[in-house]
Amino acid sequence: MNVHRHPFDAVVVGAGGAGLMAALYASKHVKTAVLSKLYPTRSHTGTAQGGIAAPLGNMEEDRPEWYAYDTVKGGDWLVDQDAAELMAYESIEVIIELEHMGLPFDRTPDGKIAQRRFGGHTRNFGEAPVMRSCHSADRTGHMILQTLYQQCIKQNVIFFDEFFVTDLILEDGTVRGVVAIEIATGDIHVFHSKAVLFATGGAGRIYKVTSNAHSLTGDGMAIVWRKGLPLEDMEFFQFHPTGIYKLGILLSEAARGEGAVLINDKGERFMERYAPTLKDLASRDVISRAIYMEIREGRGIGGKDYVYLDFRPETINRFKSAPGGMEVTAEYLERKLPDIIEFVRVYLGIDPMREPVPIQPTAHYAMGGIPTDVDGRAIRDEHNTPVPGLYAAGEVACVSVHGANRLGTNSLVDLVVFGRRAGRHMAEYCRQADFAPLPPEPEAFTVEMVERIRNGTGKERAPILRNELQDTMQTHVSVFREASGLETAIDKIRELQERYRHIRIDDKGYRFNTDLLEAIELGFLLDVAEATAFSALNRTESRGAHYREDYPKRDDDNWLKHTLIWRQDGKVTFAYKPVVITKWPPKERKY
Amino acid sequence: MKVRLRIQRFNPEKDRKPWWGEYEVEAEPVDRVLDALHYVKWYIDGTLTLRRSCAHGICGSDAMRINGRNRLACKVLVREAMEEGRGVITVQPLLGLPVIKDLVVDMEPFFANYRKVLPYLINDDPPPERERLQTPEERERYDDTTKCILCAACTTSCPSFWANREYIGPAAIVQAHRFIFDSRDQGATERLRVLNEWFGVWRCRTIFNCVEACPRGINITRAIEEVKLAILTGRLA
Repeated sequence: MNVHRHPFDAVVVGAGGAGLMAALYASKHVKTAVLSKLYPTRSHTGTAQGGIAAPLGNMEEDRPEWYAYDTVKGGDWLVDQDAAELMAYESIEVIIELEHMGLPFDRTPDGKIAQRRFGGHTRNFGEAPVMRSCHSADRTGHMILQTLYQQCIKQNVIFFDEFFVTDLILEDGTVRGVVAIEIATGDIHVFHSKAVLFATGGAGRIYKVTSNAHSLTGDGMAIVWRKGLPLEDMEFFQFHPTGIYKLGILLSEAARGEGAVLINDKGERFMERYAPTLKDLASRDVISRAIYMEIREGRGIGGKDYVYLDFRPETINRFKSAPGGMEVTAEYLERKLPDIIEFVRVYLGIDPMREPVPIQPTAHYAMGGIPTDVDGRAIRDEHNTPVPGLYAAGEVACVSVHGANRLGTNSLVDLVVFGRRAGRHMAEYCRQADFAPLPPEPEAFTVEMVERIRNGTGKERAPILRNELQDTMQTHVSVFREASGLETAIDKIRELQERYRHIRIDDKGYRFNTDLLEAIELGFLLDVAEATAFSALNRTESRGAHYREDYPKRDDDNWLKHTLIWRQDGKVTFAYKPVVITKWPPKERKY
Repeated sequence: MKVRLRIQRFNPEKDRKPWWGEYEVEAEPVDRVLDALHYVKWYIDGTLTLRRSCAHGICGSDAMRINGRNRLACKVLVREAMEEGRGVITVQPLLGLPVIKDLVVDMEPFFANYRKVLPYLINDDPPPERERLQTPEERERYDDTTKCILCAACTTSCPSFWANREYIGPAAIVQAHRFIFDSRDQGATERLRVLNEWFGVWRCRTIFNCVEACPRGINITRAIEEVKLAILTGRLA
């Protein structure tokens, strides 16, 4: 196997919104490489639909403190409030910066950035929905990804496309670089660097029904965890209420922002019962639970395990559920929601302007991840001690601005606000730090792993193990959880980890070996699932997206704290970090 | 339903020339061609190699030739592809780019053409404190070409590109159009100069393959015609 070495001050792993934003800032000052296992424009940021929040006040009055409060409440008070306030204030300048970069936002009649309503975003601390989400039809993420990539081209950012990072080089607690496989050739590359920023996104593929791309296998989380560093709040995984039935493809909350409603088998707009004020625009965890309650009580459509998302104009007009109760037409909705309307037509063969759409909650977003401070520095313990040179931003990270449940639009805000802050801080760090020497044979772990999998002769197959993992997580570690199910899941994950040691692949070659890559990704998925299931069993309360049927109440006395989980010698350990509370002491969460 | 697939295979590490792999899989009629390819890869032959990521038509990874037409494998249902192919779905890599392995082609020549058109907003005025203003009509002017996902389905469906890989190709022109007609942009002159060169827009013979191939429904030929007109008249009408 050929091994190559490259020196760079900084290495960014992942080329979605957070990675590209960090790269734009870091590469202005220090020699930076961006490594992605995809072409950058394939990154999952591109699939984000409905918008990116900022209290610009272009449509109606809005304030950063309202936005920060909504974020804290949305996260069921597990959000670090200093970080949420910082994000709410900085969102304004970052959105303006994106516009200056050329992002084609939709416009108001007077030429400003247009905004729309989104779940959990309210005026005056919960009074009523507010128009805060800046958007470009329902392809806002696509526009963000394209715009950031365009700026990277303009700035001659150095990319290593289709380089699959397998390992972090960490010696004596200091970052030395990463190891990657060049997918096209199978060659191994060692990137010797002062700093590494992980922006590898989420891990939705631990579940069976997910909105996440096949590539979202928790790589960054698993790589860092394997190095003996902690992950934070892994028990909190968001299920988006409106995935296309069985497929999990997302239908944006923007649909409900424009007036769409959820309907059960009896034709009821059931969210009126669960969230009398915000109804269909309550936070995602609340709505996903409500959907499953309806299904459990026999009010799924035809008694089955789905309900309808209805965005026919006549329905919206009947409920007067559009902003301000305005009348909408099919033509208006097609302009505002072109992509999701097309998804329904292509994948279900039905016309959502004439028929309601079968939906079910879909695994969508990891609130937890690599713990960081507000400058993207990864931390190693409950005292916020940074790991010199290690950074994380975007979904892979946990700042925590999402707490126990993320608000819609806030993933995109997180990417650009904290991607930028991390990129800046990393550049500053690299200017002051020296290269720490590489250990002997830094590629050894990767070479050994690749050869073991390639030459494996066992009887286990990665796709089968992956299916079993996804089924287990879907059954026992999804919207509703309880101790015995979580224990079953943990036993199963342990069993799968053992069987994983005996896998065999068909493709023994080097060139573009995706059989090998999928097997390595399965290893990452198993580790992320392990951290998720153990953290979920450990937290004996219900908060945000983490709902324990055996502990159905939020328990601030014992659990108003972040979980940190480590794995050492095959055993997991926990520690806890206080939640930062600046302005808003916890109170009951009602929508 | 039973689905039959004929997939063009080629691994330069061991094959001297491409060959056809034939597979039969069980699928739901509403499964996508990508699902059928995954079935082959996961349960029949793990060496089958393709790119894919989002699986719902946004990331642009899985553009390939299905029944002789460029499409995203995640956006074609097997029912339709089987009907169209009269009982067999034929899958090949995109034409006109070097094959790395099976359905994976080398995208670098494609992205090199993309970079030639200065695919980023050019505006050297000091930015205002808030957003630059743009009316909904000005925004609408270039809306169609903002949808491009750089999947290369258009460029690799173009006979002019097959004939000469130096031709910049429809995708790059679409990207240029997206900025040329953006009221905030000041780089039109430079881009039009690039597109007026010998490898530029004049190699387009308005064959319309690109329009048919585009999974985002972009009216590519119209965009190219608008660029041609801008070069001829010197005006951005």
